[in-house]
Amino acid sequence: MRSRSSTLPMALTQSVRKPVRSVPPSVWLVILGVAALALIIAFMVVGIEGSPAYVLPRRLNRVGAMVLVAIAVAVSTILFQTVTGNRILTPSIMGLDALYILIQTALVFLLGGQALLSLGSPLRFVIEVALMIGFSWLLYRWLFLGSGRSLHLLLLVGIVFGVFFRGVSTLLQRLMDPSEFIILQGLFFASFNRVDPTLLLLSAVVVAGLCIPAWRLRHRLDVLALGRDSAVSLGIDYRRTVTLVLVICSVLVAVSTALVGPVTFFGLLVSALAYQLCNRFHHAAVLPIAVLLGIVALVGGQLVLEQVFEFDTALSIVIEFVGGIVFLVLLLKGRVR
Amino acid sequence: MISIDHVTKRYGATTVVDDVSCRLPGGGVTSIIGPNGAGKSTLLSMMSRLLLPDAGRIEVAGLDVGTTAGQKLARTLSILRQENQLTIRLSVRDLVGFGRFPHNNGRPTPEDRDHIERSLDYLDLTDLGDRFVDELSGGQRQRAFIAMVLAQDTDYILLDEPLNNLDMRHSVDMMRLLRGLADDLGKTVVLVIHDVNFASCYSDEILAMREGALIHQGTPEQIMTPEVLHDIYDVDIQVEQIRGNRIGVYFA
Repeated sequence: MRSRSSTLPMALTQSVRKPVRSVPPSVWLVILGVAALALIIAFMVVGIEGSPAYVLPRRLNRVGAMVLVAIAVAVSTILFQTVTGNRILTPSIMGLDALYILIQTALVFLLGGQALLSLGSPLRFVIEVALMIGFSWLLYRWLFLGSGRSLHLLLLVGIVFGVFFRGVSTLLQRLMDPSEFIILQGLFFASFNRVDPTLLLLSAVVVAGLCIPAWRLRHRLDVLALGRDSAVSLGIDYRRTVTLVLVICSVLVAVSTALVGPVTFFGLLVSALAYQLCNRFHHAAVLPIAVLLGIVALVGGQLVLEQVFEFDTALSIVIEFVGGIVFLVLLLKGRVR
Repeated sequence: MISIDHVTKRYGATTVVDDVSCRLPGGGVTSIIGPNGAGKSTLLSMMSRLLLPDAGRIEVAGLDVGTTAGQKLARTLSILRQENQLTIRLSVRDLVGFGRFPHNNGRPTPEDRDHIERSLDYLDLTDLGDRFVDELSGGQRQRAFIAMVLAQDTDYILLDEPLNNLDMRHSVDMMRLLRGLADDLGKTVVLVIHDVNFASCYSDEILAMREGALIHQGTPEQIMTPEVLHDIYDVDIQVEQIRGNRIGVYFA
């Protein structure tokens, strides 16, 4: 059969092909939904010492932060990968996480660590998100209305900006007082234990406000994933839709980064797994599956860290480690294109 | 009818399409021929709004390609480019279903399913409907994309070098199919093609381009003469009449 089909390229070869992978996305949705819910409940109630009235609101706050970050990172990564037609790039390549570090560094450098901390986290948050949105808006405006208009140029500029921001941050960190640097380091690493309730509420509103248009775009995103030419032929207003998607992405990344620091590799992990689980590519399935995977990974990971390892290490380190391994495995399997 | 008025496209200092004006009749098969770099694909891309002209105006069935809403145009005109690489995993039926997007915005109705099944059937793909596109051979994938275009159900179908990478048998199949789309379904088919003999045997009208300019337009009988072909390609080509078709012989 094999040899015959190679001499007749158009010959039907379905008999030697395996059928479509059997588990439909809806089953995964249910499984992951139940798992996410169970983990959230477990996180809330397992190992409570002392007064529940004191512990529960604090834990609720942390679970809320994790769920928000899971949504923001999963949705932004998938939208970004659909628009760029690439499954290895993430929004971090646009230099957003590097910008976050630069903003933090510059604020500590200019105002001093103590002054920055006394600024209060909501105000700091608003400043950071505004600066990051401003940056991405400038980048897209310039690239889409300028002469280039190509996503590849956008990505290249993103990489160059990232290197530039990192370089400036390193310079500022060298010049800085060592005790200030310690404060700075504390701000960088993702932590779900320091999130301010007001910040959380603000971010929740922003994330919800962005997920509604993202969900409404889901059918158009499916078409966009076919590539520019097919999308235009099928009547998509390509430039407008892509700009809208990239703005949604950058705000989501900005919110999640400002909330808990850079956890961008997490997006890669979640999206790669979500594509594997969906036997057919539809954003209506991929988006919720990626979000649920994100919640399971974050809440489950934090639960294990706290209850098993008793807080010895930061969750972001574990996630970057596991994500790196999973991603390498996927790469070596040759599935990621 | 497709009307092209003084259309020009430049890349930097290079003029790729130079002040082209013509009318293409509705219905039938029209081939655009010419040497490499003549601007054939660029002209086709501008007809289908994949590229914006620097000057001039193109109308398809009375709709201005530059200003008509994308979705409205997508119900009138479809384009198939030569490179169709998918980064995502889709079944053939899903891919063909995307052809219905301009009509249903992603919410399929029973009528859409009829269209999809008829398109699959027309291209002899019904048995492959549940296979993944990335598992198909080159010829099958090409047919799957044509089925998507067919499901889009537009009066005008534009194709950029549809014979690229197809062997003889599949090239003939493809041209017969395009002829059938025009004759049986009343579509207007416009294609860019390199092989003058395929153009001669299957077209109602041929446009010949050279260095960005439209230098000849006419029926195969008018274009397939040694003088005109020499004008287009700068090559001496004998033309023989074989079974009612004019065949250019340029191999030796």
